[in-house]
Amino acid sequence: MGYDKRFDGRRPDELRPVAAKAGIIKRADGSAMFRIGNTVAYAAVYGPRDLFPRFLKDPQRGILRCRYNMMPFSGAGERVKPGGSRRSKEISMVTEKALLPVLNLEDFPNAVVDVFIELPQTDAGTRCAGICAAAIALADAGVSMKDLVSSVSAGKVGEMVAVDLSYAEESYKDGDVADIPVAFIPRTGQVTLLQMDGMIDKDGLKKALEMARAACLQIYEVQRRALKEKFAVPVAVKGNGSTV
Amino acid sequence: MNELLRANILKWFGKGMRYDGRAFGEFRPVSIELGVTKNAEGSARVRIGDTEVIAGVKMAVEKPYNDTPADGNLMVNAELLPLSSPDFEAGPPGEESIEIARVVDRGVRESKAIDTAKLCIEPGEKVWAVMVDICTINAAGNLLDAAALAAMAALRSTKFPAYNGKAVDYEHPTNNKLPMLRIPVLVTVTKLDEHFFVDPLIEEEKVADARLTVAITEAGQICAMQKGGDSPLSIDDIGRMVDLAAAKAKELHKKL
Amino acid sequence: MADKSIVVPGEEVASGMDFLPTEGVYRDGEKLVSSKLGLLAVDGRLVKIIPLAGKYLPKRGDVIVGKVVDVAISGWVVDINSAYTAMLSMKEASAEFIARGADLTRYFTFGDYIVTKIINVTSQNLVDLTMKGPGLRKLSEGRIVAVAPNKVPRIIGKQGSMVSMIKDATGCKVIVGQNGVVWLQGEPDNELLAVTTLRKIEGESHISGLTDRVKAFLDEEVGKLKKPEQGQ
Repeated sequence: MGYDKRFDGRRPDELRPVAAKAGIIKRADGSAMFRIGNTVAYAAVYGPRDLFPRFLKDPQRGILRCRYNMMPFSGAGERVKPGGSRRSKEISMVTEKALLPVLNLEDFPNAVVDVFIELPQTDAGTRCAGICAAAIALADAGVSMKDLVSSVSAGKVGEMVAVDLSYAEESYKDGDVADIPVAFIPRTGQVTLLQMDGMIDKDGLKKALEMARAACLQIYEVQRRALKEKFAVPVAVKGNGSTV
Repeated sequence: MNELLRANILKWFGKGMRYDGRAFGEFRPVSIELGVTKNAEGSARVRIGDTEVIAGVKMAVEKPYNDTPADGNLMVNAELLPLSSPDFEAGPPGEESIEIARVVDRGVRESKAIDTAKLCIEPGEKVWAVMVDICTINAAGNLLDAAALAAMAALRSTKFPAYNGKAVDYEHPTNNKLPMLRIPVLVTVTKLDEHFFVDPLIEEEKVADARLTVAITEAGQICAMQKGGDSPLSIDDIGRMVDLAAAKAKELHKKL
Repeated sequence: MADKSIVVPGEEVASGMDFLPTEGVYRDGEKLVSSKLGLLAVDGRLVKIIPLAGKYLPKRGDVIVGKVVDVAISGWVVDINSAYTAMLSMKEASAEFIARGADLTRYFTFGDYIVTKIINVTSQNLVDLTMKGPGLRKLSEGRIVAVAPNKVPRIIGKQGSMVSMIKDATGCKVIVGQNGVVWLQGEPDNELLAVTTLRKIEGESHISGLTDRVKAFLDEEVGKLKKPEQGQ
């Protein structure tokens, strides 16, 4: 018998529970929490600000710099050694590429926008959660952007095409598994992140991307609501003292 | 560089008031939340005013150190995450994070907070290692006291994962808590001119002359200290600072 | 979409060629789309977003509060709470003549806060400052508070009405820099009330009826301040 019912009982196109909140870190220029299932991502944005070292400066526009990091106690199993790994470097890079297409940084030549993504608790889908949190945080920081970016993984478990694979599904042993993290610009449907590991046929891939697109529109609604909810009430602002 | 700030804070202090209106011996509101991340064996979030830190405890089975073959291993690490302040940078740990980690470590170790003998599985071969990581979320002053409080709260909530003699099964925590003997807390007393105060704001930290961090057990024993800042302290200063720290430690113990 | 509603980047705010996109809005075919988190403002055909967040972008003519962070051979480097530092040259620093080679720290030194004016911004955001003009000066006492630069118009109010209200109620001196750096000076209790009021405006400026709320708040809080004195 193949994989015809998901381990956690979700429909193939059903996301784990999703929640988001904007403005969780007062010292940052913009910040957000994004949660999908048991994966929690925090993102903080600083900038545009002065960029060092100088040789990185772009006189045409501001640059974007992302850092993805798992807190040492965030993962199932052993402690994650702090200080970054090849994996976290690569994820930081693809996160940057996923966000850059929507950003308008022409008004800030020579400057940098720093995005710091930290994961206090991880399950599957950390890079996608990080991108979702970062997009909210960038908007919260007042950065000019054409749209938010929404991200989720899609893929195939056995013969089932599904979105937002869980850890259990990623490690399914009785058939092929494909895990495809993708990010979309919600308005236009353009793809800004695409990675894959595993095995999938062409039809399965196309179906998975369509399913991810639909799921990202649901995620976009959660992101949008998080930003609006922040301003539904008086906003807590920085403390009493100076910050200069 | 901060002459204006120093002058203004001193003006306030001269009128018996902190820069945010508090009294000298008054903490901002302190809150502790347990179980904030599910993959850690123990965890806590501490807020002191706008300052927020998370501590998580991971456990593993390791070889003991040569000089303590029948004791468990303890490690404390602090990460000043660049997400938590415009002043923190990504990269290897700097002096400040190493100092926080080491001072918290000394408080836990020297007070014998954990009964490390009970962490021994097989002398000289296998012991439990307790690894505490403290991550800053919003750095708004007094990270030392917040870090220690989070570490202690996380340790007290830590439960052993299952162990079958070969491998640790992290998916199945047991109901066995860490063997705790004492509960040290850190209280940092800061000095500016002739004024002594607790729980500094960033602005107050920037212009402070000196600070003394004191680790104190629930029985009132002093178990570790660290002087910071560029100015010297007199023995009389130290006496006053320790008195204030001891009084505030009692309040923090009630929160744990 | 309703005027003054909160919009996020990527949200369609108007449709049709009758509308013209201005600040924080771009056109995508028939649609006008927001590129900022902010309040939608439609004025006739013009559609713009009043931002709710964002860093200060230096503008010529702005009076700002800056901090001297370096003394160079021919002037001062000033932090202006933006991604860019600014330059104050010797000839713009004082009405009196400063000779080449003079000790510039006698005029302004590291850590000094100044009220200054932007006289030029290049395409690369190189910023030039001047101290020549009414009210431009070094600040010798008081508290510096950073507020969100996009809230500065609300803190100042129409014809300065909001800031006047704070000054009158608290007795504090207040200078609001366009870069979101505010200088305050007063008795500690009053100064703290002024800071709390600034924070209230910052946090609530997107909710209508701000002026009335701030007035009511100040009336109540000032009453509390006076009580201990009456008791004596």
